[in-house]
Amino acid sequence: MSGRARNLVVLLTIWAVLVFAPYWMPFVGGYTALGARVLVLALAAMSVNFLLGFTGVLSFGHAAYFGLGAYGAGFALKFLAPSTPLSLICGMLLGGLAGALLGSLIVRRRGVYFAMVTIAFGQVLYYVAFQWSSLTGGDDGLRGFSRQPLDFGFGSIDILSNETAFYFFVLVCFAIVVAVMGYVLQSPFGRTMIAIRENERRARFLGIAIERHIWIAFTLSCFFMGFAGALYALVNNFADPRGLHYSQSGDFVMMAVMGGMRSFWGPLLGAAVFVVLQDYLSSLTVNWMSFVGLLFILVVLFFPRGLLGFIRRQEPA
Amino acid sequence: MTQLLLFNVTNGLIIGVFYVLMALGLSLILNLSNVINFAHGGFLVIGGYIAYSVTPYVGFWGALLIAPPLTALIGFIVERILIRPLYGRDPLYGLLLTFGLAFIIEDGTRFIWGAQGKPVTVPAVLARPLSSELFFITGYRLFMVVTTIIVVALLFAILRYSRLGIRIRAGTLDLETVAAMGVNIRALRSLNFAAGVFLAGLSGVLAAGQLGLEPTMGTGLLMPSFVAIIVGGVGSLTGTLIGGLLIGVASGVTAVFLPAASEAVIYVLMALILLLRPRGLLGEEGMMT
Amino acid sequence: MAAPIQSGWLDRRAILKGAAALGGFAVGSPAIISARAETPIRIGLVDPLTGVYATYAQNEVIGAKLAVTQINAKGGVLGRPIELLVEDSANDVGTGVQKARKLIERDEVTFLIGDVNSGIAQAIAQVSNEKHVLHIVSGGHTDTITGKDCKWNVYRVCNTTSMEANSICDVLFKQYGKKWHFITPDYAFGHTLQQAALADLTKLGGTMTGNELTPLGTSDFSAFLIKARAANPDVILVLVQGSDMVNSLKQIVQFGLNTQVHVAGLQQELESLEAMPPEARIGIWMFEWYWKQPGVPGVDQFVADIRKVNGGKVPTARHWFGYTSVHTLAGIANQEKTLDSLKLAKALGGFELPPEIKLQPNKCYYRAGDHQLMTSAFIGEAQAQGKDDPEDLFRVDKVIAGDTTAPPVDQTGCKAEWPA
Repeated sequence: MSGRARNLVVLLTIWAVLVFAPYWMPFVGGYTALGARVLVLALAAMSVNFLLGFTGVLSFGHAAYFGLGAYGAGFALKFLAPSTPLSLICGMLLGGLAGALLGSLIVRRRGVYFAMVTIAFGQVLYYVAFQWSSLTGGDDGLRGFSRQPLDFGFGSIDILSNETAFYFFVLVCFAIVVAVMGYVLQSPFGRTMIAIRENERRARFLGIAIERHIWIAFTLSCFFMGFAGALYALVNNFADPRGLHYSQSGDFVMMAVMGGMRSFWGPLLGAAVFVVLQDYLSSLTVNWMSFVGLLFILVVLFFPRGLLGFIRRQEPA
Repeated sequence: MTQLLLFNVTNGLIIGVFYVLMALGLSLILNLSNVINFAHGGFLVIGGYIAYSVTPYVGFWGALLIAPPLTALIGFIVERILIRPLYGRDPLYGLLLTFGLAFIIEDGTRFIWGAQGKPVTVPAVLARPLSSELFFITGYRLFMVVTTIIVVALLFAILRYSRLGIRIRAGTLDLETVAAMGVNIRALRSLNFAAGVFLAGLSGVLAAGQLGLEPTMGTGLLMPSFVAIIVGGVGSLTGTLIGGLLIGVASGVTAVFLPAASEAVIYVLMALILLLRPRGLLGEEGMMT
Repeated sequence: MAAPIQSGWLDRRAILKGAAALGGFAVGSPAIISARAETPIRIGLVDPLTGVYATYAQNEVIGAKLAVTQINAKGGVLGRPIELLVEDSANDVGTGVQKARKLIERDEVTFLIGDVNSGIAQAIAQVSNEKHVLHIVSGGHTDTITGKDCKWNVYRVCNTTSMEANSICDVLFKQYGKKWHFITPDYAFGHTLQQAALADLTKLGGTMTGNELTPLGTSDFSAFLIKARAANPDVILVLVQGSDMVNSLKQIVQFGLNTQVHVAGLQQELESLEAMPPEARIGIWMFEWYWKQPGVPGVDQFVADIRKVNGGKVPTARHWFGYTSVHTLAGIANQEKTLDSLKLAKALGGFELPPEIKLQPNKCYYRAGDHQLMTSAFIGEAQAQGKDDPEDLFRVDKVIAGDTTAPPVDQTGCKAEWPA
C-alpha cells in the first residue's frame, strides 16, 4: 500500500473510532462523558505537542493557558451572554493573548532554562487564579455557569443534559481545531518549525528569524490550548485553578510523549491511554498514583518515542 | 510600622535560609546533571519520615544525623537505576521521569506511614523563643539557620578545595573534557546527585519540626526552590544562595502589606529578573542554553 | 536511530505485550461485573482519597463501609443488599465530576455521597441534580451548599460555618475577651467562617483587631503571627484547617504566643490534633462529633466497631459523617419503601436520625427548608494527653443542639427548585 493510501486508511480509522465512540464505549466499560474528556485533553496534548514535537520547544507550564481558557469560557457564560460559541471564543482569546504576552518575554531561552521559566510563569498565573478569589472563586473555583443549548435559528441542540449530543459537539470542535493545526503544520510555516527543531543553528544561518517563529508557534499553541480549556470548562460546567497547575502541564507532556511526539496523532493516542488508564486504575486502587508514576518512568526509560514511535519501528524501512 | 517591617525582614531571612537549603540541593543536581529534579520535594518528605521513624530509638539529634545520609543513599540508588540512562538525552525526559518519581514517593509515603499527619516534637531545649518580644526567633529556628550556615559553608569548602569539588565544578563547565581527563564521570554524577538529595533530606528533617509531617508536604516547597535558582542565576550556587534569601525576605515583607500576595510575590520577582536581567543575578550568560 | 533497549527478559516488547494483555483484560472486565451484579443497590461515594484531604476522605470511607456492613447484615434496603462504589476525586474538580458521571451513567448508582472538598461537592451536586440522583454531601462545609446554591436532591450532614460560629462564639467571648484577631484561610470556607464569627462577635459587643488572610497551604505563619501579636488582641482565632492548622498551632506554641495571648478557634478535628506534638494541643474549639460521650446510647458500640476496622484507632467526626450518610439513605429508602429520588428527597425533610445513628444526646434531624442536618456542636478544650486513652485529646464541656446554632431558614438564602 502506498504511503498516501496508508495515511488515508489511518485517518479514516481514527475518525470512525471517534465518531462511533458513544456506541462502542459502553461495551468496554466506558461512558460517553469519558469520551468527551479524552477529546478535550487530547486536544490540549496536541497543542503542547505542536510546540514540543514540531518546534522542539519544551513548555512545561502550558497548562496555564488551558486553565485560562476555562476561566475565559466561564466568565463569558457568567457575565457576558449565555452563548456557548461565545464562551469558546473568549476562552481561546484569553489563553492565546496570555501566551502571546508571556511568550514574547521568554523566547530567547532554550532547553532546561526555558522549561523552568515556563513552569514559573505558569505558576504565577496559577496563583493569580488561586488568590484573586473575588473574581475567580479562588480554591473553590468558578461556578454558576453551564453549557448553553446551541441555537441554530431553525432549531436548538441541548448539549447540557444530552451527553451524546455534547460528545458530538466536542468532536466537531476537535475536528475544526485539528484541521487548523494540520493545515499550519503542512504550510511553509510548519516546515520552518520543523527545520528549527531539527537544527536551530542551521536554520538561523539560512536567515530564518528563529525567535519570531518560536514566538508565533508558542502563541498559536496557546490559542489552541485556550480553546481546549474552554471546552474543558463546558465539560465540567466549572473552572478551577488546578487546571493551571504544573502537574496538569506534566500530564499533557506525558500524553504527548507517551503517544509519540513526532507524530501528529500521537498525543490523541497518548491522551486516550492516559485518561482511560487513570480512570480505570483510580477505581481499582487508592494507590493509583504509584502506577501512574511508574508509567511515566517506564515510558521515559523504555518507550521514549511513544506508542506510535514504537509501532512505526516494527514496520520495514 | 518600622518595627513590624524589621521583624518581618528578619523573619524573611530565617525563612529564606530554609529555601536556600532546598534550592542548593536542586541547583547542584541541575548544574552537573542537567536534570530538573521534580522529585526533590519527595526526597524532603522521605527525609522527614525517616527521621520520624528513627526518633524513638535515637532521639532528635540521632535522627538529624542518620536521616539525611539515608535519604542520600536512596537518592544514590535512584540515580544509578533511573537517572543514569537519561544523560545525553533531551532534558524533557529527566523532567518527566522525576515527575513520575514524585508521584511514586508521595503515594509510597502515604502507603507506608498513612495519610494521617505524624506528630513531630523538637527537643525542649530548642523550643523556646529568644524573648517574648522577639518571639518569632525561636531556638529551633536559630538552630535551623546555624545548621544551614554550617552545611552551606561545608559545601562551598568542599567544592572549592577538595578534589571531588573541583571535579564537580569543572564538570558543570565542560563535562566532556573532564571525562577525557580520566575522571569517572559516572561516579561523579552519582555522588553529586546524592549530595543534592542529602540537602533535601536534611531540609525534610528540619522542616518536620516546624510543619506537620504528611505525604504532600514537599510539593509546596519545591516551587520556591526553582524560583530561587532562576532569580539567583542558573549555574551559580552563590546566586542560588542569594536568591533563596531574597525570596524569603520578599515573601515576608509582602505578608505585611498584602498577605494574599505573599506566595505569588516570589513569582513576580522572578518575572522581573527575567525581564531586566534574564541570566539571573549571578548567572553566567549561556549557562543553560 | 537509537539501539533497542534490552535488559535480558525485560525488554520493551515484553512490557508492551504484558501491558496490552492487562489492559485488554482490565477494560473488558467491568462489563462482565455489571452483568452479574443486577440485584444490589449501588451507592456511589466520591472523595479525595489522594491529596491533602486524604486522611479525612479515607476516614469517611471507613465509616461508610461500616454502615454498609451493618445494613446488609439487617437485610439491606427493600430486601436488596447495598454496594458501596468508592471513587477518588484526587482533590481535582474535573476528576470529581468525571467520577460522578461515571458512577451515575456507567455504574447506575441510586444514591451519591461526597465530597470533602466543598468546591468539588458543589460541582458534583450540579451533576447529581442534572441526573436526578439523591445526593448527600458528607463533609463539604461551605454554606452555599445548603444556602443559596441549595438543590432539591442535595442534603448535607456536616455543619455550616454559621452553625459553627454560633455554637462557640459566646463561650469564647466570656472566657477569653472581647478583642479578637483572626487567622483566616483565604478561600470561601474561611471567608464565611470568619464573617459568621465576626457577626457574632459584634453582636456580643466585641471588636476585631485584624484579619490575616493566609493562602491555603501556607507552611510558615510567622509573618502573620507577627502582625497578629502586634495588634494586641485578647485571643487569636485560628480558623485554618488541616495541615495549615497543624503548622500554625505548632508555630504558635514554639513562639510561646500562647503564653502571651489566648489561642482558640472554631472548627477543630481529631485528625489535626493527632498530627500535632502534644504541647501544641491547646485552645478552646468546637468539634462536629466526638467519640468520648459517656452515657450516650450507641456511641461505645460504634467506637468498638470502628476500632476493629481502623487499626485500633477511635472514630473521628469524619467516620461519623460517612456512617451517617449511608444510614440516612438506607433509612429513608426503607421507611418510604421506594427508591424514587424525588419522593425520598421530599421525605428526608424532617427525617430524624435514630439514637444508634445520631450518636449524640440532642435531637438530630434534616431540616426541610434548607436540607441541612441539625447536628450538635461539641464545645470543649484540647488536651495534650488523654487521661485514660491516648486518643482522648479533647475535653467536651457542652453539646449544643444543631437547631439552636443554625440560622433560620430564611436567612440561609436557600430557595430550592423542585421538579414538577
